Amino acid sequence: MTVSPTPSAAPGSPTRAAVRMEGLRKTYGEVVAVEGLDLEIGAGEFFSLLGPSGSGKTTTLRMIAGFELPTAGRILLDGEDVSQRPPYERDVNTVFQDYALFPHLSVGENVGYGLMIRKVPRDERARRVADALRMVRLTGLDDRRPGQLSGGQRQRVALARALVNRPRVLLLDEPLGALDLKLRQEMQVELKTIQQEVGITFIYVTHDQDEALSMSDRIAIFNQGRVEQVGSPADVYERPATAFVAGFVGISNILEGAVAAFVTDGAGTVTVRPEKIHLLDPGDPVPAGSVALTGRVHDVVYLGSDTKYLVELDAGGTLAVIKQNVATSSMEALALKGKPVLLAWDRTHTLPVAADGAGGGPSPT
Amino acid sequence: MTTTAGTAPHASPSRRLQAWLYRRPRLQLVLLLALPLLALVVAYLGSLGLLLINAFWRYDPTTGGLDRTFSLANFLQIAGSAVYRTITLRTVGLAFLVTITCAAIGFPVAYYMARIASPRVRGLLVVTILLPLWASYLVKVFAWRAILQEQGVLNWLLRPLGLEGPGYGDVAVWLVFTYLWLPYMILPIQAGLERIPSSLLEASADLGGRTGMTFRRVILPLAFPAVVAGSIFTFSLTLGDYITPTLVSSTQFLGNVVQREVGVSGNLPLAAAVATIPIIVMLLYLFVARRLGAFEAL
Repeated sequence: MTVSPTPSAAPGSPTRAAVRMEGLRKTYGEVVAVEGLDLEIGAGEFFSLLGPSGSGKTTTLRMIAGFELPTAGRILLDGEDVSQRPPYERDVNTVFQDYALFPHLSVGENVGYGLMIRKVPRDERARRVADALRMVRLTGLDDRRPGQLSGGQRQRVALARALVNRPRVLLLDEPLGALDLKLRQEMQVELKTIQQEVGITFIYVTHDQDEALSMSDRIAIFNQGRVEQVGSPADVYERPATAFVAGFVGISNILEGAVAAFVTDGAGTVTVRPEKIHLLDPGDPVPAGSVALTGRVHDVVYLGSDTKYLVELDAGGTLAVIKQNVATSSMEALALKGKPVLLAWDRTHTLPVAADGAGGGPSPT
Repeated sequence: MTTTAGTAPHASPSRRLQAWLYRRPRLQLVLLLALPLLALVVAYLGSLGLLLINAFWRYDPTTGGLDRTFSLANFLQIAGSAVYRTITLRTVGLAFLVTITCAAIGFPVAYYMARIASPRVRGLLVVTILLPLWASYLVKVFAWRAILQEQGVLNWLLRPLGLEGPGYGDVAVWLVFTYLWLPYMILPIQAGLERIPSSLLEASADLGGRTGMTFRRVILPLAFPAVVAGSIFTFSLTLGDYITPTLVSSTQFLGNVVQREVGVSGNLPLAAAVATIPIIVMLLYLFVARRLGAFEAL
């Protein structure tokens, strides 16, 4: 397994670990959901668990919350072992994917639920609920029922209900999954702002790589119950540790075997990001310090601001190339289909990655 | 056959009729509901209306005929009689008692089925609960007679312990009604509990709620409309029944009075007037149930 050494603390965060997982394992009968997980999440960090569905990220989050008990291993919150404690004895709160707002309570009662249970005096409760609703910009909606709110508003209520308790760690389980794209992007910015404002550790589960890259201080990439890589967004994008990471974060541009050997002057599996590749005419001179490969454009996908070209290499394999449509019209882009081209990229952009056995499995060390 | 899109199809009469109907959604609705509406309005509401009209007529004991002039005499007779008042209170009290007992027994069973049992066990339990409904009502009440009688199964079991069964009487009526109507309470509650998403219970625990708190603040309020829905059955079925009291007790309930006035005295108008009491009680009950959200839970 390739995990970056001791996690570097997030920018500006103290060195204390808010959450520590040691040898965490969860099985359901024969099925292994999480295997040998070691993670340390710093206080105040925005930490994302990124991976495809079924990769163990949600199970991990549920174990931190206490909804699932680990089969083996330990979870420490602020240095305290909470592995076997019920959810109500852990100083963490969760924002659920389906929001899980109580339909029989008003917005105000929903947000005040945790404070009510902790017997916070009525007037302090009212003040904190009002503060929390102001923070998520829902002032004045206290008396509404969740059923009368839009999806985005419900999402904010769920967030306020968790944050009002000032937990040590906030767990978010794909909280934006049910929102449309515009609202999602708005909420991403807002979530990040709120996190910086309150300074609470956020552990954020998502399968959306853009979301993870744009919001996180660090990301752990899950695959088949294991963590493939932990690092900053730039780390996992520019220096993917495994072929899986390279493929999951960004577009899979993996070269193997003979082509890879030609590109790197050695054996192994390599990847190159599609936006780093120049698309040239076959006769064009190759820039100095570049790798060049010939191929034929197999497909062109017009994406509005960009165009994606799928190029079949003469030496075998396929590479995706993404070009901004700075001066190209869609007609010009589409006309390239079937044409021979020359691909070139700076040698330093060839990234060696550890090959993975059929998309994961026991990860190489 | 040619079904080229865009050109008018060569319409057979049935096709033309279909197309003609398609453009008239109101007529479709009438055709759909004509038969059930006829049954409901004529057979059901009609007979109920006749019953109510009857209540305002008079039985003439000298001729044995009906005096068809409007009069409140039947109602005044009922209101003025302590016997009818006692019987009404007894009947309504029993209906409440049976309802509460069914809820107290039914809720834990329904909770186990909805939230704890594996799908296999749940299926078995549903069958077990539905099974008695396939047996004739009379067979079940007679079975209870055999259980409760002096030389019955219950006493045979209890005697070695120095105890005695309740025998026939009010307790027997309460037991038998509870047995008979329990399925009608369990099934709506189970459905209601199944509709509560697990994430709500997790959210409550996540926010610090222990099991008891979560039950009181989340499960109970959300399942309550389903309990009220179930209670509509247990309450109304108890209110109208006259066979069970006849078979396992000698006490009079409203149903017995109606039966006696019709069957023994032949005083149909008085019977009709007595029958309006459970109707009014039930209307009040349904009104309250609606306020408690029971109809959404059905």
